[in-house]
Parts: sequence; C-alpha cells; structure tokens
Amino acid sequence: MKPPRFTYHDPVARNETLALLDTYGDDAKVLAGGQSLMPLLNMRLAQPAHLVDINHLSDLAYIREQDGGLTIGALTRQRDVERSPLIRQRCPLLAEAIRLVGHPPIRSRGTVCGSLAHADPAAELPAVLLALGGYVRAESCAGVRTIPAAAFFLDQLLTALTPKELLTEAWFPTAPPRSGAAFIEISRRHGDYALAGVAAQITLSADGSVVAANLALIGVGVTPVRASAAETLLIGERPGEAIFTAAGRQASANLDPFTDIHASAAYRRYVAGVLVSRALTIAAERAAGPLTAEATH
Amino acid sequence: MQQEKRLVCVRVNGVVCKAQVETRRLLSDLLRHDLQLTGTHVGCEHGVCGACTVIFNGAPVRSCLMLAVQAHGGELLTVEGLASPDGTLHPLQQAFHDYHGLQCGFCTPGFLMAIYAFLQDNPQPDVSDEAIRVAIAGNLCRCTGYQGIVEAVRHVITQGVAR
Amino acid sequence: MTTRAFGVPVARKEDRRFLTGTGCYVDDIHLPDMLHAAILRSPHAHARIRAIDVRPAYELDGVITVFTYRDLGVAAQPLPLLIPHPALTHPRTQYALARDMVRYAGEAVAMVIAEDRYIAEDALDRINVEYEPLPVVSDLQTAATAAAPLVHDDVPNNIAAHLVQQVGDVDAAFASATYTFQRHIMIERSSSQPLETRGVVARFDAFEQMLTVWDSTQAPLSIRNGLALLFGLPPDKVRVVAPDVGGGFGVKIMLFYPEEVLVPLVALRLRRPVKWIEDRLEHMTASNHERGQIHDIAVALDADGHILGLRDVFLHDAGAYSPYGIIVPLITATQLPGPYKLPAYYSDATVVYTNRTPVTPYRGAGRPQGVFAMERILDYAADELGIDRAEIRRRNFIQPDEFPYDVGLTFQDGLPTRYDSGNYPAGLERALEMIGYERFREQQGQARREGHYLGIGIGCYVEGTGIGPYEGAHIAIDNLGEVHVATGLSTQGQGHQTSFAQVVAEELGVDVAKVHITTGDTQRFHWGTGTYASRAMVIAGNAICLAARAVKEKAIKIASYALEAAPEDLELVDGRVRVKGAPSRGISLASLSIIANPIRYAYGAAAPDLPAVLPPRDGPPLPSGEEPGLEATRYFSPAHATFASGVHAAIIEVDIHTGIVKIQRYIVVHDCGRVVNPMIVEGQICGGVAQGIGGSFYERMVYDDNGQLLNASYMDFLIPYATEVPHLEIDHIETPSPINPLGVKGAGEAGCIPVPALMAAALEDALAPFGVRVDRMPLTPEEIRMLVAQP
Repeated sequence: MKPPRFTYHDPVARNETLALLDTYGDDAKVLAGGQSLMPLLNMRLAQPAHLVDINHLSDLAYIREQDGGLTIGALTRQRDVERSPLIRQRCPLLAEAIRLVGHPPIRSRGTVCGSLAHADPAAELPAVLLALGGYVRAESCAGVRTIPAAAFFLDQLLTALTPKELLTEAWFPTAPPRSGAAFIEISRRHGDYALAGVAAQITLSADGSVVAANLALIGVGVTPVRASAAETLLIGERPGEAIFTAAGRQASANLDPFTDIHASAAYRRYVAGVLVSRALTIAAERAAGPLTAEATH
Repeated sequence: MQQEKRLVCVRVNGVVCKAQVETRRLLSDLLRHDLQLTGTHVGCEHGVCGACTVIFNGAPVRSCLMLAVQAHGGELLTVEGLASPDGTLHPLQQAFHDYHGLQCGFCTPGFLMAIYAFLQDNPQPDVSDEAIRVAIAGNLCRCTGYQGIVEAVRHVITQGVAR
Repeated sequence: MTTRAFGVPVARKEDRRFLTGTGCYVDDIHLPDMLHAAILRSPHAHARIRAIDVRPAYELDGVITVFTYRDLGVAAQPLPLLIPHPALTHPRTQYALARDMVRYAGEAVAMVIAEDRYIAEDALDRINVEYEPLPVVSDLQTAATAAAPLVHDDVPNNIAAHLVQQVGDVDAAFASATYTFQRHIMIERSSSQPLETRGVVARFDAFEQMLTVWDSTQAPLSIRNGLALLFGLPPDKVRVVAPDVGGGFGVKIMLFYPEEVLVPLVALRLRRPVKWIEDRLEHMTASNHERGQIHDIAVALDADGHILGLRDVFLHDAGAYSPYGIIVPLITATQLPGPYKLPAYYSDATVVYTNRTPVTPYRGAGRPQGVFAMERILDYAADELGIDRAEIRRRNFIQPDEFPYDVGLTFQDGLPTRYDSGNYPAGLERALEMIGYERFREQQGQARREGHYLGIGIGCYVEGTGIGPYEGAHIAIDNLGEVHVATGLSTQGQGHQTSFAQVVAEELGVDVAKVHITTGDTQRFHWGTGTYASRAMVIAGNAICLAARAVKEKAIKIASYALEAAPEDLELVDGRVRVKGAPSRGISLASLSIIANPIRYAYGAAAPDLPAVLPPRDGPPLPSGEEPGLEATRYFSPAHATFASGVHAAIIEVDIHTGIVKIQRYIVVHDCGRVVNPMIVEGQICGGVAQGIGGSFYERMVYDDNGQLLNASYMDFLIPYATEVPHLEIDHIETPSPINPLGVKGAGEAGCIPVPALMAAALEDALAPFGVRVDRMPLTPEEIRMLVAQP
C-alpha cells in the first residue's frame, strides 16, 4: 500500500500555491493534514498527477477573533483548536466536536479546513460550520470569495470549491451569552466516523426560553444537514423533554439518509431523532448552567 | 515519469539522520528501511491501527500518513529513544513489563509513543477505567485485550513518574 | 533456597526487545541485494483467465522480473492438501499462481519482483489480465443447492465433504422425548487479523547451498519439510525461521500460502534475497478467514430438562479451496456437546465451497460456532420450560466423579473425545457467585422500572487442547551453567521464552534467568509440527519437562561418580548437585557439564568447584551407552487431547433506541489444569475475550453477491479498541490433566470461545420484555435495535 507516483510540490508562499493550483487544478490534490488524503494515496484510490503540499504556508496557521467570531486558518491543526482556550470560550460547539474527531495522532496533523474541504458526510466539523452558519474563504488566482456553509457542502466528498481554489480560512460565529453546546454521535467504536450525529447549540433568553437554536446532523445524508424546521419549533419554547422530542421527530422527518454496511437509512433516520433530543437536553442544561457558553468537559 | 528524490534531514532521538528518498516515500518507511529504525511498526498503512505512531515536533502522529519529506528539518522521537542511554527503561516501558501490557510486541511501540504523548499533554489525567481506555483508544492490540495496558498506564499515572 | 518457578507470575524474559523496538519481525530483516515482491491479485471472485500480458511491467525501471503460472517450474502443481480425511471427498487446493481460473477475489495471479515495494506496486498496475467473469457463488445457504453455480466444475453441488458423527440413537431419543425444541443459528465469517500481516524473506546461499527462509508462520518446521521436498533439497540444507511474529491466532498456521512457495522459488532462481511483506489490504482477502456456519439444531429433553438427544445439521463455508481439510467443522461437531451429557447425538456437517477467501482455523477453530449453537438451544429450552438458565446447565453437566468421560466421538486428532478431567459445576457456581447472579434479578427489575435494560448471560464450554502428534525438546547445560533449550514449535506472543523457562527452572532448580529458550528455528530443533490448537505448553512444555528430567538424572549420575556417592543420596538444589544432609559436598551444573565431556584438554576455569582430580573410572572415559555432555532430547506424544473448560458471565446494558451495548461486568472462570504462569494465562484469556467481543458486535466479513468483500480495510472491518472491551474479572479452577507429566491443559483459545453465546444470552435477557430471540452473531447496533423495534 504505497502511494502511486505524482509530481510533488511544496510551495512556500500563498501566491505560489495558487499559481500551482491554477496550472494543475484538475490534476492536483492539496495535501494539508493528510489524514484523509494519505489513506487514499496509500490505497491508490486517489492517483493525482500533482500533489500540492501546503504545510510550509505557516502564515495560514492562526485562530483570530474577527467579525463577531473566530477565523481559523487553513493550516491550523485540529490539535491546536482542541487546546485553544479562545475556542473553548467563544465557540463551545467547536470545542465539543473537535474531541470526537478521530484520535489524538489524527488531530496532530489533521486541519480544521482540511476536514471541511474533504466533506465526509459523517465528519463532525462540517456540521459545526453548518449549524452555526459559518463560512469559508476560498482563494484562487482569480480572487477571493466567501462561501457560506449552506452553499458549501454539495455532495458526499464534494464542496463548492473549484480545483483551482484553496480554502484558506473558515469563520465560526461566537456563541452568544447564555448559550450551551453539545455534540453527540453514535459510532460503532470510539473515534469512528459517526453512524449519526448531532451538533446542537441552544441560546436562552433571560427568562429561560429558547431564543436561538442551531442544529445540524451528520451521517444522515450525502452532506451534513441543517435541521431548520426543528430549530424553528424550538424558538420561544422553554426547554423540556416534550419539546425536545418533538424537535427530534421534526429533524428526522425530512431526512434522506443512505444505507451502507454499517447502518440502514431507517436506522440513521430514527437514531438521528433520538440524538437530537438528547443533544438538545444537554445543550440546554449547559446554557442554563453557571458556566454558560463554556464547554464543561 | 520518475518520482523526484530529495534529501531528507531529520533529527531522530537526538541524532541527525539523512536519507535520499522519493517524495512519495512514507515516513514509516524512511524510519524502518532508510534509517534502519525498525522499532516503529506498520500494521495497516491507513491510519487506523496506530502501530506506526511516533512523536513529530512534540506531537503524536501516524507515520504511515506522513510523507518522509514532510518531516524534513523536524524532530522525531521513536520507541528506540524512550529508554535512557544507559539502557534504563522509561517508566512507561517498565510499567508495560511489570503489568504484562504486551504479548507479541507488535503494537507496543505505537502504544508507548501514543501514551507518552498523552501523558505529556495531560499531566493530571483521570485514572478511572473508562478514562484510561479513552486515552488509549486509537491503538489496536490483538493480543492483550488491553487489560494489562490499562493497568500499566494507571500505574504510571498514579506514580506520577512519566514526565 | 530454591524459589519455585512453576505457578509463579514471572515477568517475561522476552519483553525488553519488544519494549525497546529491537525485536526482529520479518519486515525488519534487511539483507544486502534484497529484492521486493508484490502480488497481483484477482479482482474477480470467479473468472477464467484468458490472457496475461506482463510486458508493460518491464517498462518500469527497477522491475527485475514478473512471474506467472508458467514460470513456476517445480512449484507448478497444486499447493499441498494438509489434512486429508475420509469424509473430504472433494478436496481442492489452489495453485501458487492461478493457472487458468480464479475462484476468490484476492487469489494470486502474478508476482512482480523489483528493487523496492513502491516500484513493485507500480508494476502491478501495468499488468494486463484478460478475465472472463463467471457466475459467483457467494451465499452459504444456497451454495449447496442444485441451482447454484459451481466453484469447481468437478465438485457437484459445491460439496467438499459431508461428515456425519453420531453417538447413541438420536431418533429414539426424539421419539421418546417429552419436549423438543429447535433453532436456526448463524455465525458470520470473520478473521484472525493479527497486527502483523504475513511476510516471507528467502535467501539462497550458493556457497553453503543453503536455503534460508524467514516466515511469519506458526509452523516453521512444517514449512521446512514441505519446501525441502518441493525443491528437492536435503532437509538440513533448508532452514526456516519464524522470527518474532506479531500475532498468529490461527491465520498463520495455514501452510503454503502461495507466497511461502513463491518467495523461496524466486530466491533460488535469481540467487538474490527476496522479501514479500503482505499489506493490510491484501491481508483482508489473501489471508484466510473462518467462522461462517449455519446450524439447524434440535434438542430432545425429558420432563425435568435433561437432554435425551441432540441433533445438529450444519453448513460450513469453506471458501474457494480446502487446504486445511475439514478440521474446523470437525472441531465444531466434536466440541458442540461441551460439558453436557448427551446420551444421543447426531451431527451432520456439509462443507461447502463458495467463491470467497478459503477458510482455515482462527482462534477457537470451529468451537465458537458449536458452543454458540449448543448454548442457544439450551437457553431456549430453559426459557420454554420455565427453568432457570443456570439450572438447566446444572442438570445436564457431566459430574466431577464421572471422569474420564467418553463423549463417543473422534476428535480432530483422530483420537477419541475422552474428557480426562474437569469440574463443570464448580466453574458455573464460581462464575455465578462472582457475577452476583442471585442479586441480579432485583437489579434488573429496578433498572427496568427506570427505563434501563440490563441483561445477564452465561456461556459454558469445553475445549479439547494439547493434541498431538508430538513435540520435542533439546536441553543442554553449558560450561557456564547456562541452560539452553530448543523446541521445534514457534511463538507469536504467548511468552514461551518465559513459561518454558519456568518449567525447566522448576525441574533443574535453577534461576529462570539462566534458562534460554529458542523456538521456531528448524536449525536448532528439527522435529515437530507447530503452534496451534492450544497445544504448545501441553506438548512442547511436557517434552521440555521430560528433557529437563533426563538432564537432571544425568547430572545426578555424573555427580554420583564425581562425588563417589549413591544417586539416591544426592539432590539438585539451586543449580548444584549435593549430598543430602551435607550440602557443602556438591558440584555445580557447570562443572558437571565439563565432567560430562571427557576430552583430553582441560578448560573451564569459570567453574570454580570443578575437582582438580576426578575419581578413577572403571572402564572407558565415556561409559558405554552414554553420550557426552549434559544434554538430552525428549519427545512428548499425548494419548489424546486434554480437555480444558470454562464459564463466562456478563452483565450488559442495551440502549434500545440506538442498539448500543455497554458491557458492565465480565467474569471468566477458567480451568486449564495446572498453571505455569498465571499472568501469561490471564493475558491469553483477556486477548481471547476481546476477539470474542469482536465476534459478537464488530467483526464480520461482508460480501456482496459478486463475491466482493465490502469492508476490505480497517475503516470498515472493525476490531475493538480498548473502549469496546470491558475490564475482566478472572478466577481459576484447576483440575490437573492426568494424561501428561505437568498436569497442564491448553489455554490459548479459551477466551474467545463462549463470548458470542453469552452475549446473545445477555441480549435476550435484557430485552426479554420484548420477547427477543438472538440467533446470529455478530450484530450491529441497528440489528440490535431491530430486535425491539416495532415494524
């Protein structure tokens, strides 16, 4: 299981990288963390003629406050996000999700943006971006554009990025005060891709009713799914088992999951509803608790 | 098309090593076959089993999921670098021995490096059975059923010696 | 003061090299001038090969040669059939490289030899094979029917063998029974999956005319014997070494995988060393599988739940070929009865070819399937009769005073299944006590009221271990008093370097540190078979014990001469033979070893207690009939298998919405006779249980109708991590074996045998309010959820 032949490029500057993608785009793959791409290369399931290794672009490794949220650069490792107090305080849903991504050695190399660009329907980080309504920035020789999460994930392993574009950063909004977040999933083993999973954030008003709800599901379709109808159901309601169960039922009603050797569509649909209700319960508890807007794990 | 070759210069266990390798050469193969450090093992070559885990620039990585050229200029710690120069076993190694945390030994280097990293990153970890199992999930062992490994790790944590 | 070595949890002597990364597994071997092999494998489960064009492969720099079938020379005949059997009427084995047909996806078709593995894999991509796909047999249930396509044109209904065994009159038993019950049971295909894949390195030294093969195998001697025959080489000019092996679990006991012939063949032809290391993707289909069976089992009972008769008819998935004969289904059939008295038993096994990877033993080797069927039908009968599941077992156990107990069958070694010793009721009671069986119902009731579903399961088994034919050992004490031991079988993690040393240390009264064990090198010991069937300690261990006793006897004899004392007045303590009651009069083993070799030249100043002048001899310096040296070779061949047993119990919690199972407690009560090293035995049990849990909830080879393995990597073939395996509480019972000197029984496979059975039982118990029956394993979370879901 050795990689096939390719022409290897390891540019040291962003414009160099974009120029390479501009020239070789269709025949090139970007190598960042490599935790998804290297297995494909080792199995020879991917055989790009050109490999563009962006690991020298150290100016793309950052976590910054910006526009009421946090931008995470393309070369920011999942490990750094996991250990970031800023992320824990400002974006608890991301902090919750990152612990579930693979195992520590995967997170040492894997990047947040790489996970978004890879767009596995069972991956956690795309769901966080989608649930919170974040966006990504894509750069090419032709310029820069912003792609909101809702328009970014197109299909299984397919995003709105063109082959000539490099995803340079992702923006996640800061959680408002009195917010609580939870990410729960069912996987067959610890660290596996989820059979179904839920990213949930609840924001409460001063009187304890739900003023904002962010809900996205994974493993239930070819892309992560924003459960907007379920979110709408929750607005103005007080947290409780009945409403959360109803939200779960609403969330699973509109799903069109796939069947594979691990689980059928019917199972994913059912379990997603169960997980929504459980995730909302935890998120609401955290929103109401003394340490609001902080992941307590 | 010939694959380009490059000189990779990397410090492994404190020693500067060089090798001329194809740009597609995996880091695991650089270690095992170009540098003759065969302690790091290859179990799956797709990042699931953890047998190839080494420490790169202070963090645990799957060496089968890195290209050798990506390690150029970096620092690696492998299982061969755990014991002291005089041969004294690292407390983790000693604990694995004392608590029967290995049988065939094939997964052992990967576990040792992964746990070494875990303890560096988590100075005061929870010692419950569940917490330790979560800490070592990500490395497969087919021989021990993990029980001896969990006990070895618990011992090292409670003794507070693995720094 | 001698420290006892037997029964002590001695820390392992072999650990250091594994802990420091200085072990030597086959891929760690680097030889000058070495070439690397890669195998082209069939993507089709069934196809005719019309043409192979290898020329494009040669266009790559670094490709040395490409072999196909017509290059095989002496290796062109089918690979050996290892274990014939009268019931195996249609045995079939494959060619080292496919001749004109491929019968499973993964079958070897061509081999590239190149400067490195990367180039070799590039070359594979360039070989063009023209296949004509043929209809695929991919379902066990229908494979033996007339409608199914044929895997082999000349094997009607794909039936390789039909094996019937019976005891008593089962028809009469069913006719006279008060109750009869039946179940349809299925265990899915799985595989051993050691962390180290297979690998072979071969070198032919033209100067020494010596072929050396390093093979990650469980049977280097058997490989040596076969290669010597195949290549027409004298046996002592073929050396096979099993270096450090990263786990076997049965998949490496299969002999003459194609590569084990191909790699030496190329080394001989090219006169350069050749290395082939299997990668994990290859391993998924190119290394053998096991476990797939379908049973229809029926039990006949009297009014009190005593078994009057049992009838089991089953299909066994053999895969595309039958190189290992019908050992696995034979073990299923003979071990299914377990610890229970079956006055009448009828077993009917149909061994069926399918277009899938061949099936050869995987830890348990057919027992998990048999135990699953037996325990399920017993649980079902208990439930239907309103008898407690533990109680029905008590009523049917063979009792401790009924040994030796003849089950009346013929075991895998061709010898009677005669249980030599055991105490099944004691095992069960201890397990029930440890799991808190009495208290559990209340716990369960309370949990149910709170909406939690807890269940308890028990599983009992008997395991025939320590089968022959034999193993041997050579022990020699050198002039420094170090004890060197060699045996022919090999090691894959069982700690033989330590446990075998303990046996010797116990017999010779020396420190374990002074005993050096070599296994798996045919140059050091050249008689024996291999490591399988939980036999290493029983057979090799006993051979080592006998050799040690012979060495001790010789030491005393020589000391008797040197000290001028009668042998019965001497004792061997702490590495010295000394006069009883006058311990200052003695000679060390080191000195005795020097005296034992009456050469003309004096040496051995390192033995300080060597007498300067020895007593005069009557007769020649080397007495007639004696051999020089303090050494001995002995063999042990058992009268038949020795039967270990055990009981496992577990409490689980089932999330009925997600189907996720959490194992709250897991108990093992285990009887492997006398225990040499309890730490090593417990390690074996823990590893086995983990594989059993794999076989209950995670590990299944998923094939589609085209014979394609759908979960052909570790992303989709799921082996448990530490988070999926519970902490085990283990206790021992010791019923020594009366049929070998050490009184030991095998322990290697025990952990995995009853696990699917007791997990199924626990699931049924947890989900009893839903009237659930579990008839197959493994189960995914979805399948568990579906047990309770409203349709």
